[in-house]
Amino acid sequence: MLRFIVRRIVIIIPMLFVVVSLTWALVRLAPGNFYSGEKKIAPAVEANLREKYGLDKPWYVQYGKVLRNIGRFDFGTSLRYEGQSVNQILLRALPVSAALGFTAYLLALIVGITMGTLAALKQNSWLDSSSMVIAMLGISIPNFVLGPLLVLLFSLTLFWFPPALWNGFLSKSIVLPAITLSAIYVAYIARLTRSGMLEVLRSDYIRTARAKGLSEWQVVTRHALRGGLLPVISFSGPALAFLITGTVVVEKIFALPGLGNYFINACFNRDEPLILGIVAFIAISVLVFNLLVDISYAVIDPRIKY
Amino acid sequence: MPEFDDQTKPRVSDTELHVGPEYAVAERDVSEIVSGEVEVGTSLWRDAWRRLVRNRLAALGMMIVIVIALACLVGPTLIEKASGHPYDFIPRDASLTKAFPPFRTAGGQFSWQHPMGTDTAGRDILARVLSGGQISLMVALIATIVSLLIGVTYGATAGYIGGRLDDLMMRIVDVLYSLPYVIIVIVLLALLPAKTPFGQIIELFIALGAVSWLTMARIVRGQVMSLKNQDFVLAARATGVSTPRIIFRHLIPNALGPVIVYATLTIPTVMLSEAFLSFLGLGVRPPRVSWGSLAAEGAQSLAVYPWLMIFPGVTMALMLFCLNFVGDGLRDALDPQMKKQ
Repeated sequence: MLRFIVRRIVIIIPMLFVVVSLTWALVRLAPGNFYSGEKKIAPAVEANLREKYGLDKPWYVQYGKVLRNIGRFDFGTSLRYEGQSVNQILLRALPVSAALGFTAYLLALIVGITMGTLAALKQNSWLDSSSMVIAMLGISIPNFVLGPLLVLLFSLTLFWFPPALWNGFLSKSIVLPAITLSAIYVAYIARLTRSGMLEVLRSDYIRTARAKGLSEWQVVTRHALRGGLLPVISFSGPALAFLITGTVVVEKIFALPGLGNYFINACFNRDEPLILGIVAFIAISVLVFNLLVDISYAVIDPRIKY
Repeated sequence: MPEFDDQTKPRVSDTELHVGPEYAVAERDVSEIVSGEVEVGTSLWRDAWRRLVRNRLAALGMMIVIVIALACLVGPTLIEKASGHPYDFIPRDASLTKAFPPFRTAGGQFSWQHPMGTDTAGRDILARVLSGGQISLMVALIATIVSLLIGVTYGATAGYIGGRLDDLMMRIVDVLYSLPYVIIVIVLLALLPAKTPFGQIIELFIALGAVSWLTMARIVRGQVMSLKNQDFVLAARATGVSTPRIIFRHLIPNALGPVIVYATLTIPTVMLSEAFLSFLGLGVRPPRVSWGSLAAEGAQSLAVYPWLMIFPGVTMALMLFCLNFVGDGLRDALDPQMKKQ
């Protein structure tokens, strides 16, 4: 187990290196420059700018500097938000995205597991088919359609929740974004739970548990869920990667000052340090999260050994 | 006993000459006969088709998919013939360059001219939704084909050759799996926008196709690994058939069932990715439109002109909904064992 963890942590480093290098190469190979706007810049000014940002040095010197910075977790200063370091921006934006993602995923787990378990227990009933149709709807309605529809209904017609902006974690402003973001996870988790539970409920140890005379509630919560939720747990790894792309859209719809919004703007502004900082940060979190999922897999299912 | 005839089928046709999808058929027929569901002597595809049609939700979904796809295919041309204007026509008359609600004219009376209303420039939404559908469907189809080509070749090669090469190839897939590739696609499309709108669509094909082949490769590899030790492959090898030929002529046709199912489910996923990128302003660019870019446009004036967002959004959701049902139905139809769960 320990060897497995160490090996996985060691793999993270070259992968991070690949992602950062690829992003850096893309930023550099793209035509134009972050300072080339509509206005024409005098050659002398341009030379000064290039010197200031180290663009006059050979590419391997610049590349080395980028790698060194990332190794020290210091991504430099943003080109667009002048005077602010990338770390400051990350620290400011991260809580917003993390709160949103966490709430959405928690909501999805609660609703999805409940829906999936009920559907599996009452297989082929109206409860089963209706929750599966709802799940299919959740997969099929894009979040950029669902979000505006929710805004139209709950903000602009019923005036229950604000249509945009961010007032902190525990406020009304998180409700609509979290629902929008969680819809597709509710759907996936409900489907995964249903098929996982259906398989487990037919296994011998469940029959044994029933034969022992345990109540249905105990059979489900103590025995069946433990095995039936394995697919959900392995889904949680890729889910983080999806969640990040989801927050990009949801933050744009609801104008939330989160990581996704900063990332898109940084891409359009060619804000190289900020792009690299956010990409490196996302890559690290996805890789670490995948590792945690693999470890938790072994903890929950004693049959799995590394 | 018809069962016996059927069981001998794989043996009889285990020669080089006769290798095709029948193998999978023969195997599955046996299991179906045991469960007593299906008559003997029908092919896998005919059986699957019958099961698919019998599944009402899937059949309905398939019909709706065909209707929407046909409407998108011929609709824009028909509307252009009927009204004399293309989908991006902006009326000259300043009193018409406004957003009218569905079925309303400038005066506010009922009219069939714009069943979905117009956008803020006075362009017909129906024509725009249909021609946006053309692009969305085209991107989804071509990107799926790209992912099919890469994934099937890659997975079949890794699965058939096995050993070190398989280890290496699958490790690469694992690594790519855990990368936040959407982030890289965003950087790619934002920083390297194509010169022309059409070039941008080509760039979308490549970007989306190149990232969606991973699961396909895994599925095909699994199938090929379970097939490659069967007698017909041995027979082919014994008669001196080359490795690429074994892979493409003997193994891949037999692994088609799961591949078709997964490809059907890839179409809505890719469509969603295209819409997601277009929504962020990275995908299809004006004057061309897609469902995603139309929804993005509509979302900006949601409070005032909700129909700008609702029509493209709901059309797209309906299409995705039906495609997902067809994919699920196809999986049940091609793999009856799954259905019994």
